[in-house]
Amino acid sequence: MRPSTLVLALLAGLALAFVFIFGHFSWSTATDAERLAANRALVEHYGLTDLALFTEARYTRHPSQADLHSAFQDHPAALEHFPTGSLVAPRSLPLFRDAPLAGKTTSPD
Amino acid sequence: MRPWLEKQLHLIDFTLASLARRKTKNVGLLLAYTLIVFVLASLSLFTHALRSEASYVLAGSPEVILQRMVAGRHDLIPPGYLDKIGRIRGVQKKEGRLWGYYYDPVVNANYTFMARPASEVADGTIMVGSALARERGLAPNNTISFRSYAGKLFGFTVAAVLSPDSELLAADLVLLSENDFRRFFEYPEGHYTDIALSVANPQEVRTVAAKLSTALPDSRPILREEVLRTYQSLFDWREGIVLTVLAGAILAFAILAWEKASGLSAEERREIGILKAIGWETSDVIRMKVWEGLIISLTAFLLGGIAAYVHVFHFGAAVFAPVLKGWSVLYPRFTLVPAVDGLQIATLFFFTVVPYTAAVLVPIWRAAITDPDAVMRA
Amino acid sequence: MIELANIRKAFNQGRHNEYWALHGIDLSVEAGKVTAFRGPSGSGKTTLLTIVGCLSRPTEGRVRFKGEDISGLPERFLTDIRRQSFGFVFQQFNLIKGLSALDNIILPGMPTGRPRRDLVERADELLDQLKLGHRSRAKVEWLSGGEQQRVAIARALINDPQVIIADEPTANLDTALSKEFLAILEGFTDNGKTVLLTSHDPLVVESSAVHRVVGMRDGRLTAD
Repeated sequence: MRPSTLVLALLAGLALAFVFIFGHFSWSTATDAERLAANRALVEHYGLTDLALFTEARYTRHPSQADLHSAFQDHPAALEHFPTGSLVAPRSLPLFRDAPLAGKTTSPD
Repeated sequence: MRPWLEKQLHLIDFTLASLARRKTKNVGLLLAYTLIVFVLASLSLFTHALRSEASYVLAGSPEVILQRMVAGRHDLIPPGYLDKIGRIRGVQKKEGRLWGYYYDPVVNANYTFMARPASEVADGTIMVGSALARERGLAPNNTISFRSYAGKLFGFTVAAVLSPDSELLAADLVLLSENDFRRFFEYPEGHYTDIALSVANPQEVRTVAAKLSTALPDSRPILREEVLRTYQSLFDWREGIVLTVLAGAILAFAILAWEKASGLSAEERREIGILKAIGWETSDVIRMKVWEGLIISLTAFLLGGIAAYVHVFHFGAAVFAPVLKGWSVLYPRFTLVPAVDGLQIATLFFFTVVPYTAAVLVPIWRAAITDPDAVMRA
Repeated sequence: MIELANIRKAFNQGRHNEYWALHGIDLSVEAGKVTAFRGPSGSGKTTLLTIVGCLSRPTEGRVRFKGEDISGLPERFLTDIRRQSFGFVFQQFNLIKGLSALDNIILPGMPTGRPRRDLVERADELLDQLKLGHRSRAKVEWLSGGEQQRVAIARALINDPQVIIADEPTANLDTALSKEFLAILEGFTDNGKTVLLTSHDPLVVESSAVHRVVGMRDGRLTAD
């Protein structure tokens, strides 16, 4: 077989595999949907707020719940003490500063 | 049409023969290129899938979590706090939660202890996450002891192990009864860690949060939308390690392209001269080189992309595991549900195939337009 | 067939190392004959051949090929003419290393879009005629000088050109191979092809295969 036809055939094959593999996700299986639904139900049941991905430290385990101090607990400059701390962005604030809250809270945010 | 097709096949034949002449170098190039695409595509796929799953799954978390702050630090909810909330319209349910962290010196791991109603977990028993169970070798009906921070030893029987499918959420959970929790942590009676509130109407959530802050000035409400947004910015490209990986990959790629673009060897220049002398036009030479660039970059992209997909969705992004694990001992075993962002893949395609093909053409341009006359004098 | 009128060629024109290789050449080349150009190094023989064969353009003057003025044509058309009507055999052979003899031979045919099958068939034919059929798949760098030259000749013939231009064709050959080459030359003209060649070699210049000898010196024609 001519080298050019061989290579073109290989490329075509790869392209087909690529499209198939990536396209196949859109028909996610019933088990996937079940699994997701089960996990969501688990979250609702136990009132969970975070993924259990980074169990290194408090502020990495529950980044959405951590206060400003947890990161600095160990050391004033400890912010990236834990590697995964550099993967998680700080808890983001609500879209707009709640005007009704201004001046009324005494806690830092 | 036919002659055009034949001509392209001829050009591809020649370019393949050209590449085959420096087989080791070109195979190495292809591998390096594929590796870069693999890393970038894996990162992209993993991030997107994790974010998708997080936002779907965490949509079930409580609408508002109320924490109490003292001197800027998170403090316990004292007795009576719940009543101070009173009846705020829109709040369907309010519930004091008890949870905390436990450091297990046996395996140097951190666990999350959560108290559950007696109907779920009886005194003296616990339910554990499957990663924890794996780490400590636990199965239902096994016993395990934890030494509390006060130094006392507590024994528990494992009533159940949570499903392995839930590892991403519950890898390190230890669920125990309220009594056991309070005894273990010597948690003061009537105090809670925080309060979870459910609000029926999603539009009302911020209003409720505002009312809570008014009613309880030392509280800090955390809304579900903030939780979700935290996970939307997971692995953001501006975050430390991701930025490093990206920068590294882009730099490697730039070096590759630069090496290609920085000129032809004398041998290559001579060859182009010969081709021109025996009847190849400038456009033929350029077209041949475009094929070279396309074949290599397309192969690398397709191979790298397919490998990345398999890596992320069948092997749980094993290459990134050490980074994600960091210093933690427990790491959840999970396979993400495939979710692909077409735009990211298209961007990756555009930024890997086009620059490389262009880089291949740059040095050719000058050589391709020179007079073939020079060949006679070589 | 080929007419040259007042051809002048300069290199590095306008720069400090400007050099005029040809100083007004008027020449008429007859079809179907072998014309040899003889002269010392630097006399401009190779330059003249490149202009005749559309490999470069004259600085001044006109080239007419089969009655048509080709000196002012754009590159695309010039290349087309070169590909269809001229076959070159270079002094250094200029074969592409790493490719087989066969692959080298079919190179000029590739841009024409002729099917590979046809090209390979024709190449095999030529190799057989040149008694090189058994080495068609060998890489050219492993061939002897004489074999390489025959591959170069076959490459020049793949598109069946009317004019064959050879620059010092016997420079790298021994006497026996030179004589073989001259026999091949005769075969060309028997098929109605026109041949132009340059040579120092008296064996070639004085051979009966050559119909006309043109002398050159310092960029000008000398008496025949």
